[in-house]
Amino acid sequence: MVEIIVFAVCAAIVLVGAVGVIAARNPVHSALFLIQTLFGMAVLFISLEAHFLAAVQVVVYAGAIVILFLFVIMLLGVDQAEDLNIEPIVGQRFIAFIVGAATFVLMVATLAGSSDAITGQRQATGPLGDELTDNNNVRELAEALFTDYVFAFEATAILLTIAVVGAVVLAKRTSGEMLPVPQNTLEIREADYQARVDARAAELEANAAAAAEAGEDGSAEASSAAASDDDTADDEMADAEGGDA
Amino acid sequence: MLQTLLAQQAPIEAIDTPAIDWAILAPLLVMAVGGILMLTFASVLKRLPSSVWSVAAVVISLVTAITVIPLWMRVTDTANSATSTLAGAVAFDGFSLFLTVVIALSVALSAMLADGYLKREGLEGPELFVLLMMSASGGIIMSFANDLIVLFIGLEILSIAVYVLAAMHTRKLQSQEAGIKYFVLGAFSSAFFLYGIAMIYGATGSTNLIDIKNFLSATVLADDALLLAGFALMLVGLAFKVAAVPFHFWTPDVYQGAPSPVVAYMASAVKAAGFAGIIRVFVLTFEQYRTDWQPVIYVLAILTLLTGSFLAIVQTDVKRMLAYSSISHAGFLLVGVQAATDRGVNAVLFYLAVYSFMVIGSFGVLTVAGGVGDNAHTLDDYKGLSKRSPMLAFAMMIFLFSQAGVPLTTGFFAKFGVISAAIDARSFWLAVVAMISAVIAAFLYLKVIVAMFFAGDDDHGHGADAEDAADASEADADDAGHEPIDIPLGAGIAIGVCALVTVVFGIWPGPIDDLAREALPRLVAESSAFLEIGN
Repeated sequence: MVEIIVFAVCAAIVLVGAVGVIAARNPVHSALFLIQTLFGMAVLFISLEAHFLAAVQVVVYAGAIVILFLFVIMLLGVDQAEDLNIEPIVGQRFIAFIVGAATFVLMVATLAGSSDAITGQRQATGPLGDELTDNNNVRELAEALFTDYVFAFEATAILLTIAVVGAVVLAKRTSGEMLPVPQNTLEIREADYQARVDARAAELEANAAAAAEAGEDGSAEASSAAASDDDTADDEMADAEGGDA
Repeated sequence: MLQTLLAQQAPIEAIDTPAIDWAILAPLLVMAVGGILMLTFASVLKRLPSSVWSVAAVVISLVTAITVIPLWMRVTDTANSATSTLAGAVAFDGFSLFLTVVIALSVALSAMLADGYLKREGLEGPELFVLLMMSASGGIIMSFANDLIVLFIGLEILSIAVYVLAAMHTRKLQSQEAGIKYFVLGAFSSAFFLYGIAMIYGATGSTNLIDIKNFLSATVLADDALLLAGFALMLVGLAFKVAAVPFHFWTPDVYQGAPSPVVAYMASAVKAAGFAGIIRVFVLTFEQYRTDWQPVIYVLAILTLLTGSFLAIVQTDVKRMLAYSSISHAGFLLVGVQAATDRGVNAVLFYLAVYSFMVIGSFGVLTVAGGVGDNAHTLDDYKGLSKRSPMLAFAMMIFLFSQAGVPLTTGFFAKFGVISAAIDARSFWLAVVAMISAVIAAFLYLKVIVAMFFAGDDDHGHGADAEDAADASEADADDAGHEPIDIPLGAGIAIGVCALVTVVFGIWPGPIDDLAREALPRLVAESSAFLEIGN
């Protein structure tokens, strides 16, 4: 019973966090939601008696990796809400939503429908360690890493080396000027971008106008919203001009 | 203090670590350690010319290929020499060795192309070669992989290095764009692949291919939904890597933006490694479930063939054309996979081997002809190539004919092999579609050839100049159009080798075909006798 309650609470925490990561408009909030998800996962690991994994989850993921995310977000100065409403390909959001939802339903149906019917070993490796001694998690993991998965474990070294080399290569300051983008590609893209920005600005203006009309009775809130909308539109126009130059 | 701590510990019992047959790992070790050593030397010896690194990369990859020879002798010695090592995680069979050689040779040829490219673009340095070799070691791991986790790690090593390689040209915006696109989509597809592994682990209780196969042959699953979901997700991940439709959207943009020598590597080695994964997982491990996955591959193959050939025709950029043509080649390879027979696997291996040479050759020509910035790739730019550099145009013609499947080139036997394997497996309609799409694709290759050889007279690819168009300035434009192209030594050798292989084995395909026939994949657990030797 306790297990179920713990699971339900943690699952809720994890799911809310995961949705928050993609729904939050501010990247910093996204990162914080990610920490929430990772903490929820850590508790789930504990309820599965994988104590070591839970500790690693908190220390490495929540403690180190997300903090690095935050550093990057703040150093790059992208800690602002972005206007993501421009659709590069018309209708792609809708299609993506349909396909994503279909895949999700299929996966849930698969997992829910087959959980009892599998004849395979449901506990693939057996419980991690004896229940009485709490130290055995580490031992079992070590044994797995140095027997069955030793090759995969060692090969990860190459992966880490590549990550370092790649990061250095890409972050290295370039000498010399940027090469010009071929004219034809540039024109197409800029015209395309400009058209989209114009459309969006028009849309925002229309919204603002509608809001102003609705708020003519004297609602201060509506007019301020309209003003902020106008600002965004102006910003965009400025951006577009910057792109032109 | 330490001693008291140690004394408190329970007595430590040793873990039985698995036996390691180092000889089997030799090719991988040469490639990976070679890359790491080069990195180390590069950090100490900073001022060496770029060519040194290129030569070193070529030597290391050739040594990798040479270390395969004794292993090949061993594996073909008797019928049952195939085995595995490292707790069954590493397979030792003709298949893995064959693909190792294909990948190693791709690295060698791409490194030769890269030498001149890096000098022209002012990007000298060892990084590209280091990443190339490390990526190749990932590909080798994939072809050896007998365990889904190992396969995944190989895939990631292969891909992450290629993401960086695609963005390698730090002064070119399209290259950066290619890198970020490939990275985002590639990471997404890797997640699918990983999820698929989890599903299969849930259904069978193991990630080891040998155990999975044994489990599936000993057990009848009452409900195989989990397993099938695993198939689907894994196929998404692998189909992305080989650029099969509908997971191909990244291909044209990435091929167009990435440095041409890197594209040569991507089209050859990355594709080979991807098919290594598909064949080992599906054809070999899930052989029993072939009625479940064969139809999926059937549909993928048809979509890939038709989309690749049709979209290639409407392109005006030669690099994009070749990108779509590489998609259509992936379709042909899927036709061979779909057969799910020994013959199909032979055909795929033969195809991968000869396709590597022709595609590296064609992208080699593009590397040289692209000019500074690697941008001059529109069909107009290729007009009159035969006048600017007859050798280059001639080599390109050979590669394009071969990709089209004209007889007396390797491409003909490659296509013949996969189509006859499909007919053998009674997939007649698939074979028909493959033949039709070969005809459609032939039109595209002819378009390029016509531009290179016959379209040079009226327009020299300098539309702007022609507009100024007094007769006197026409003469200047003429000179510009006929400016001969310098072929760097490395690129010249690489293109020459590719052309030679394409023609010689096009007339006499026996040797490669024989090797491909012996290179069958096997799933064999470690024999106990071997374990004793290992210990």
